[in-house]
Amino acid sequence: MSLFRSFPVKLFVIGAITFLMHATMLWASDGTEPDSNMNFRLKPGVDKPTLRKDSNSTADHSKFKQLNKPFDNGSEVTKACLTCHTEAGHQFMQNIHWTWEYNNPKTEQLLGKKHVVNNFCTNARGNEGMCAQCHAGYGWKDETFDFTNQNNIDCVVCHDRTGSYYKIPNSTGNEACSIMFEGKQDIAWDKVAQSVGLPARENCGGCHFFGGGGDGVKHGDLDSSLTHPDKQLDVHMDEQGLNFACTQCHVTQKHLWAGSRYDMVAKDTDGTGKPGERRHVASCESCHSESPHNSQSLSGIKLNNHVEKVACQTCHIPEMARGGVATKVDWDWRTAGKLKNGQGYKDHEYTQGNGEQRATYKSIKGSFKYNENFAPEYHWFNGQMVYTTINTQFDASKAPININMMSGDAADPTARIWPFKKMHTVQPYDKGNNTLVYMHLWGVDDAAFWGNYDYSKAINEGMNKNNLPYSGEFGFIETHSYWPITHMVAPKEDALSCADCHAKTGRLSSLNGVYIPGNTNHKWLDILGLFFVFATLLGVLIHAIIRKFSASPSASKED
Amino acid sequence: MNQRHIMIFTRFERFWHWSQMLLIMLLLFTGFGLHGFHSLMSFHDAVNWHTYSALALMVLWVFAIFWHFTTGTWRHYLPTTKGLWQVARFYAYGVFKDERHPYRKAYHRKHNPLQALTYLALKLILFPAIWLTGLLYLFYPLWASSSSSGILFWVAAIHIAAAFAIVMFIIVHVYLLTVGHAFSKQLQPMINGFDDVDLTPEEEAYLEKDEPDHID
Repeated sequence: MSLFRSFPVKLFVIGAITFLMHATMLWASDGTEPDSNMNFRLKPGVDKPTLRKDSNSTADHSKFKQLNKPFDNGSEVTKACLTCHTEAGHQFMQNIHWTWEYNNPKTEQLLGKKHVVNNFCTNARGNEGMCAQCHAGYGWKDETFDFTNQNNIDCVVCHDRTGSYYKIPNSTGNEACSIMFEGKQDIAWDKVAQSVGLPARENCGGCHFFGGGGDGVKHGDLDSSLTHPDKQLDVHMDEQGLNFACTQCHVTQKHLWAGSRYDMVAKDTDGTGKPGERRHVASCESCHSESPHNSQSLSGIKLNNHVEKVACQTCHIPEMARGGVATKVDWDWRTAGKLKNGQGYKDHEYTQGNGEQRATYKSIKGSFKYNENFAPEYHWFNGQMVYTTINTQFDASKAPININMMSGDAADPTARIWPFKKMHTVQPYDKGNNTLVYMHLWGVDDAAFWGNYDYSKAINEGMNKNNLPYSGEFGFIETHSYWPITHMVAPKEDALSCADCHAKTGRLSSLNGVYIPGNTNHKWLDILGLFFVFATLLGVLIHAIIRKFSASPSASKED
Repeated sequence: MNQRHIMIFTRFERFWHWSQMLLIMLLLFTGFGLHGFHSLMSFHDAVNWHTYSALALMVLWVFAIFWHFTTGTWRHYLPTTKGLWQVARFYAYGVFKDERHPYRKAYHRKHNPLQALTYLALKLILFPAIWLTGLLYLFYPLWASSSSSGILFWVAAIHIAAAFAIVMFIIVHVYLLTVGHAFSKQLQPMINGFDDVDLTPEEEAYLEKDEPDHID
């Protein structure tokens, strides 16, 4: 290394490195070396686990003999957990994180990730090898997965407090995707098992922040910026302040959580309940009551009157995706499948608030548009969503098709005005049967879209393996989906002000069925009113002019 | 019959008139702001000012109504057709010919017939229309159900229409102060309370004996 001590040599080395860097950059920007890494989980691990100080546990899991031993895999850890938590397995199997299925009693629709079609990656069904890395279990890759075996439950994905636990796809996909999670450290199962605690934001966020295939992609109000948020981003989760974990609101009893968006409480009329009562709902009112504003002031009374018709979220979440992470707002599947040098690739042409580059094109998925710090859309919502499921036949000429549509209107006493993120997508559909389609995206076979880029084969396989009718002819159709916005509650100073809605071009201008002072037009009344006022002025003016010119100058008006 | 300079607008009446004027101006300014005609005041502040001044005006009205009935002043507003035509003809024609205003103020009748009729309409129709709709508007949450949004639209429409009518009244009201006598001379009674009124000998004798402060 003594060579480096001589100045000219140092200079040469630095020069050479600089030259090489420039050359590499030129090469890359030429597009001659496309980015073919199809990894779409930007942040699969957690840099720094959050602290959860609100636990009142009486046990230190590192002192349990059952956990002080080497484990070969997650199932062995689960087995150890269940030796003490004897009922946890049975309880857990009832919840949607396990079943991925929700039978809506009101709409009688069979929902849940096991069934729905969305307008992101379209369907988890049939692609469990990839998608079920967000299933709270071990090894769901196809129909053979045993939902009755408690040892298949993944306890630590929610309860790991080391931040070192991660999940990988349950089956290898096509090589286009296979470099995902390469080079990750082995999981130290014993350390993970001994560190378990109540889930913190990064546990839930490990999946919920990355819904739709990447950070912040799906929801607009859930992304990795909520792992360590400040007060501006979310008053409740503020790490230096209240530092809420998700379960503070999504109250949990026996592994069942309040607040699923499949069946929401859009208007909680029970408020805080009886004194001391902890109500098992994830509504603002369950803590803040139905009259949360200062009822000693006129403004407070007015605001409390709004609670009847306006969801808290509408004013208190003025903008979505505020944490520096963008959310997808537009997806065009039609452009998927382009190749460079015979390989799939991706373009990064969007730089989000935190400086990270986001892919605007991926061969496996198509083209995307992002947005951040933007206002939601507002609709009447009674908590009920009606889905366009895989079985729903629609009229293709009525596109865009609503993947999910909120129920409720101004006359519905259970409905309030809610904020939504709208997702616009152009996605494949069955042109013959006028239904959405399941695509076979993930796999090593030659039909998997990711790697083979053949829609015809992928749809055919996706429908066939689920015994669904497919006409054999696919097209592309515009779709919308609506995501109720409820996280990223801003400090009250940042809440909407009156004039954000009470103005001619207010945020609720397109909303029907409600009279909004300052916004709702009284067009004819204004025209008539102004006409009469100006006619009066003009009449008075003419009267005065005639008086001035008709009066004889000598005459005195003083009598 | 003697014309004398006597007190016709007592202190309360003048207080009522001017505080009502101020409150109505404030209500019109904030109200048309809320309606979207201007944004010189934030919506939040405009709601507060509009509500408080409306409540203050209603309190004032309660006192004024009480005053009208206890003092018998309400009789000044009884409609009459006597002289109505002459006054109307004067404003439409005579004023251009330098004719004298046909109405002579009397002790028991300080407004001309057209004026009295206008004020009566204002008090019985326009003001009740605007404060009834205003109250319905203000206390909307107490009576509304989910399907009453359409009703609120009409409540608001009447409220706004009444506001336009009040603006028209104010224009004519102020303008007519320049007709017949000089503006300042007509304004003065509402400032110091005194005006020239034709008195019968009995009225004159009564005032000089019992209300010496009310007659010059």
